[in-house]
Amino acid sequence: MAEPGVAAPRSRLAVAGARATTRATLSNQPRSDVIRNVIFAALLLLAILIALAGLIALLVQAFVKGAPALSPDLFTNGPSRIRPESAGFRPAILGSLELIAGVIAFVVPVGVGAALYLEEYADKTRWWNRLIEVNIQNLAAVPSIIYGILGLGFIVRGPLDLGFVLAAGSLTLALLVLPMVIIAAREAIRAVPDSIRQGSLALGATKWQTIRRQVLPASVPGILTGIILAVSRALGEAAPLLLVGAAAFVTFDPQPLGSDRYSALPVQIYNYATQPQEEFRALAAAGIIVMLVVLLAMNSVAIWLRNRYEQRW
Amino acid sequence: MAQDESRAETGRAGREAAAERASIAVRPGEFRQGGSGKREKVFELKDVEVLYGGVSAVKDISLDIHRNDITAMIGPSGCGKSTLLRCFNRMNDLIPGAEVRGDLLYHGEDLYGQTVDPVQARKLIGMVFQKPNPFPKSIYDNVAFGPRVLGEKDGLDEKVENALRGAALWDEVKDRLDSNAFGLSGGQQQRLCIARCIAVQPDTILMDEPCSALDPISTGKIEDLMIDLKSEFSIVIVTHNMQQAARVSDRTAFLMVELDADEGDRWGRLVEYDETEKIFTNPADRRTEDYVSGKVG
Repeated sequence: MAEPGVAAPRSRLAVAGARATTRATLSNQPRSDVIRNVIFAALLLLAILIALAGLIALLVQAFVKGAPALSPDLFTNGPSRIRPESAGFRPAILGSLELIAGVIAFVVPVGVGAALYLEEYADKTRWWNRLIEVNIQNLAAVPSIIYGILGLGFIVRGPLDLGFVLAAGSLTLALLVLPMVIIAAREAIRAVPDSIRQGSLALGATKWQTIRRQVLPASVPGILTGIILAVSRALGEAAPLLLVGAAAFVTFDPQPLGSDRYSALPVQIYNYATQPQEEFRALAAAGIIVMLVVLLAMNSVAIWLRNRYEQRW
Repeated sequence: MAQDESRAETGRAGREAAAERASIAVRPGEFRQGGSGKREKVFELKDVEVLYGGVSAVKDISLDIHRNDITAMIGPSGCGKSTLLRCFNRMNDLIPGAEVRGDLLYHGEDLYGQTVDPVQARKLIGMVFQKPNPFPKSIYDNVAFGPRVLGEKDGLDEKVENALRGAALWDEVKDRLDSNAFGLSGGQQQRLCIARCIAVQPDTILMDEPCSALDPISTGKIEDLMIDLKSEFSIVIVTHNMQQAARVSDRTAFLMVELDADEGDRWGRLVEYDETEKIFTNPADRRTEDYVSGKVG
């Protein structure tokens, strides 16, 4: 055999030819494929950029317009029609927080209870249970102004006849976000594996003991997520509150269970934004920033709660 | 620790000695020769039939489970062994459309009588599942769940320790009782489920293919555990593994699928139920012989 490295020229040529063909075949991407891939990726990128652009434009405009009006007065002072320099959002912030407290107090027991019933107790083969299931999804999509009309017709006047009070506003908002909580809670409860329930029942626990000690603790993170989403939505809704009497101009702090008029952040912002003076519109933009801050603070608390519960084995 | 090891030693020695015999490993000294009629019966089944949505899953099951026995149920897939096992602690009640017909007596009482509360029944008849299902809690809370549900608040530490010792798991977890149960290996998780079961101090333990999801070493440990537990509890085990049934059980029930060619229905039927030694060395029914010798199934 000849020395290595000095193979016959013909076989070297053959090997080189074979390798070149393999390389060419493996890396042979038809040009049309390459172009199509690039265009597709570019289109998807464009989609996300458009979505982000809208959001960023909103935030930037709010900050730019509201920056001049930003000051601690926003949190401590009441509103004013004559002096925009010292006007603030205090009653509106307090009103919003009290509204949210009422929403949580209503929506947590009712929403989680409804979800538990639908998942654990209801016979899913019955037609009325399936009807309820479908309609909860529908309810989550109903426009919020309709809930305002519902509140006006049934809560403020009508059967409940509470009047234009904060409790009525709370109840209306609670009904608005209830479907979201039910759906999220159902998903969380459904995610608990059946083997856990079987194991618990096989030890001689009753159904309620199984739910209380196994299913609910395991589904708390998902339920908290649903409540976070619901609270975020309720905080920003202006339309139903306008119909149920969240007055724009209250100078005193609202009482939770009182029978006085009350205000809320979105409504206050709306009213500032429609004033003719430029300073008020800057105030409105500042109000948007305030609302975002309050929202972020509440969400952070809720997410911290959720993380704490998730780690506690 | 040394005690555990010596227990495993004798188990292993017994298995190795038996392996020298015919291809089926059998433990000679453990069999009750005759006299089974005089021993106390935990379960008595007479013409038991289980239906799901009106369709029979098992039919004509008549057998007796004796106290402090390990009773194995073997048979091909789909012959209704697990269905039958779930009748013993009324777990079939949880399946909508499930119906149990016939007589199922537990210590002489009708288990499906009007006055019987299934929750109370399950406190006396425990169950270990095929796939280990520890709760998403700490090891301590897993084992303490049963007593807590029974309302016992005092002496939990002691109960947990006793249960974990009984399941041969104490030494391995005693310094990490507060850690997550999912951190244990598969075999340890299954032993944790057994500990959880015996913490309630039941009378019978039902095991639905407890080792099918485990490796051979863990399987061996659990088989040794079963032999230990036999002195305190009565055990009914469903298994796919014939050698396991031969190694561990005192009596074996062989179930088989029956087909109704005209209607296309299939259901399980009890073919033979006898002492394990007899089933594996000299079965009465031809079908049993075919199955245990590996000709069918």
